[in-house]
Amino acid sequence: MSNMISIEDFSDPKAATPGVSKTTMLLMLLVAIGIGCGLYAFVIGHHHAYNNTREMPWGILIAGYAFFAIVSTGLCVLATVSHFMGGNPMSSLANRMVFLSIVTIIGGFSIIGVEIENPHRMLLYNMLSPNFTSNIWWMGTLYGMAVGFMFVEFFSILTARYKLAIGLGILGALAEIMANTNLGAVFATLSARPFWYGAQLPIYFLASAVLSGAAAIIMFTHFAYRIRGENMNSAVSEGIRSAGKVATLTLILIIVATSWRFISFFVGGTELGRVAAESFLSGPMAVNFWVFEITVGLIVPLALLLASKMKNPGLMTVAAIMILIGQFFQRYDLVVAGQMVPQYSGWDNLPTYFSYIPSFAEFMVTFGGFGIAGAGFLLGERFFGRVFMQSGHH
Amino acid sequence: MKISDFEKLKNEGTEKLPSEERRRFLRFGLAVTGVFLGGSVLSLTSARNASGVQEKKSAAGKFPYKPHYTMVLRQNRCIDCERCMEACVRTNHVPSYGYRTTIMEQNRAAGDDRDPLFMPVLCNHCNRPPCVRVCPTTATYKDKETGIVMMDYKRCIGCKTCMAACPYNARYFNEETRAVDKCNFCFDTRLSKGKKLTACAEACPADVRIFGELTDENSEAYQLIHKPDRKVWVLRPETGAMPNVFYIND
Repeated sequence: MSNMISIEDFSDPKAATPGVSKTTMLLMLLVAIGIGCGLYAFVIGHHHAYNNTREMPWGILIAGYAFFAIVSTGLCVLATVSHFMGGNPMSSLANRMVFLSIVTIIGGFSIIGVEIENPHRMLLYNMLSPNFTSNIWWMGTLYGMAVGFMFVEFFSILTARYKLAIGLGILGALAEIMANTNLGAVFATLSARPFWYGAQLPIYFLASAVLSGAAAIIMFTHFAYRIRGENMNSAVSEGIRSAGKVATLTLILIIVATSWRFISFFVGGTELGRVAAESFLSGPMAVNFWVFEITVGLIVPLALLLASKMKNPGLMTVAAIMILIGQFFQRYDLVVAGQMVPQYSGWDNLPTYFSYIPSFAEFMVTFGGFGIAGAGFLLGERFFGRVFMQSGHH
Repeated sequence: MKISDFEKLKNEGTEKLPSEERRRFLRFGLAVTGVFLGGSVLSLTSARNASGVQEKKSAAGKFPYKPHYTMVLRQNRCIDCERCMEACVRTNHVPSYGYRTTIMEQNRAAGDDRDPLFMPVLCNHCNRPPCVRVCPTTATYKDKETGIVMMDYKRCIGCKTCMAACPYNARYFNEETRAVDKCNFCFDTRLSKGKKLTACAEACPADVRIFGELTDENSEAYQLIHKPDRKVWVLRPETGAMPNVFYIND
């Protein structure tokens, strides 16, 4: 059969060094521990394994899921923009982006799969009794569809059916964008939580996706060449420069959005929203906000990207890692702060803020998500490396 | 006659005004302000929706329901005896780690010797329930007949979005059923079996919890909140959920 494909056609022995193998194994171990903790929670009951409460039902797992879902959207959208529009320097990175978009959303799905209490019921009743006004329903369905499209898209890339790949890529990107905006709306349409409620959040999530996607592809591409001990060729360098410019632009957008978002809480609105916002400026969220979100996640990477003049992949990778750390903290802080101000504030001697510290199992499940992204990346380089390294020529 | 001419008239005083006239004047004033207007308590949650109801249309779907259940809480009568909570637990098999209804307490300011304030809280069975909108699998839904916000446990995937969406912290996750649980006005345990009151309303020795129908003019609950000079309030009206649990001091 002429259509028969073999993994050997795509695998890259240069990405199969002993060091890479060891790192992959360690990451897989992290995945196993994470999934183990999630299964343990499923069996023993979430309230024994996770630190969520009636008042704060969502925690680091929702944040971790949102983080990976947002990275996935960014990668998928940037890949499609490059593939579809052509002539874009980032098209040299596009095949890797498609693959990593699949890997990161699987990381996110793994976390959410053990975050919800009854994933088995979800599979059934999402189809049997859907609620079309529910953002959770749309988000889950659309991310599921996006993964389907991208799987087939990636297979089409492997089998050199590029026209089909581009079409599927567009469908995948549309599904990812709609899923992402529904993810934003999950929070943005809850009037009971003034810190979330408002029209800005879905746009903020989309901007975060583009920022996270650009940062992820800078970092992963840099590592892809580091593990092979090779230098990037000019096409890939151009791609990285473009991703750096995209990251710079979106960093500025998010700095502007964050500024107005916080100012708006102090010029009106409800007490619940204001008290939540105060937790960022000088309350329990202050270190997360000022150090990780603002300094590590926005200001320093912006300075590093500008200083690199988009020509220094090492420096840009440092900036990209800082952006991703900041992005994770942004997701975490948003999820937690939206629930930490008691709704019956003033009654029952309730504290100004509920406290929430993730449990060991929650941390492990989250790390498991990172394990999937990391191991997925390394396995991708190993088994599909040639497809990634040759990309940009179709 | 000009307004300036009125000033020249001798004041007749109010002593000789018939009380009927005084009442009419008072009612007129209240109607103009729209705050304590008798006739439609819905104006308290949203004036626009009240007019919507009068025209038999509302943004909140089928509304009002028949029977349209409501609970009126005479807040200042509550002494925190917790018999309502015990009755609820007994009737609805609520586990020790959760509650469907509870009583909130607020201490007075320093130097104020009065008793603390107590506020019973429960599901508000909103006309525009945020929990129902967000549920991905319609595990929670607004009953088409009664407007009660109910649960179909077997459909609940445990995403807890309804808990995040509820403005009243009225939901908890029941580990035994692996589903979110909440007050359903004792529909399955009492109302559907012909009983007229919820367990909490029946158990309350101070007549704090008045369960009744918003559409029945003879219902005590209806009369309590439609008294012209009474202040009625709901919790968190700013969320737009249009709750069906009303608070008064009586």
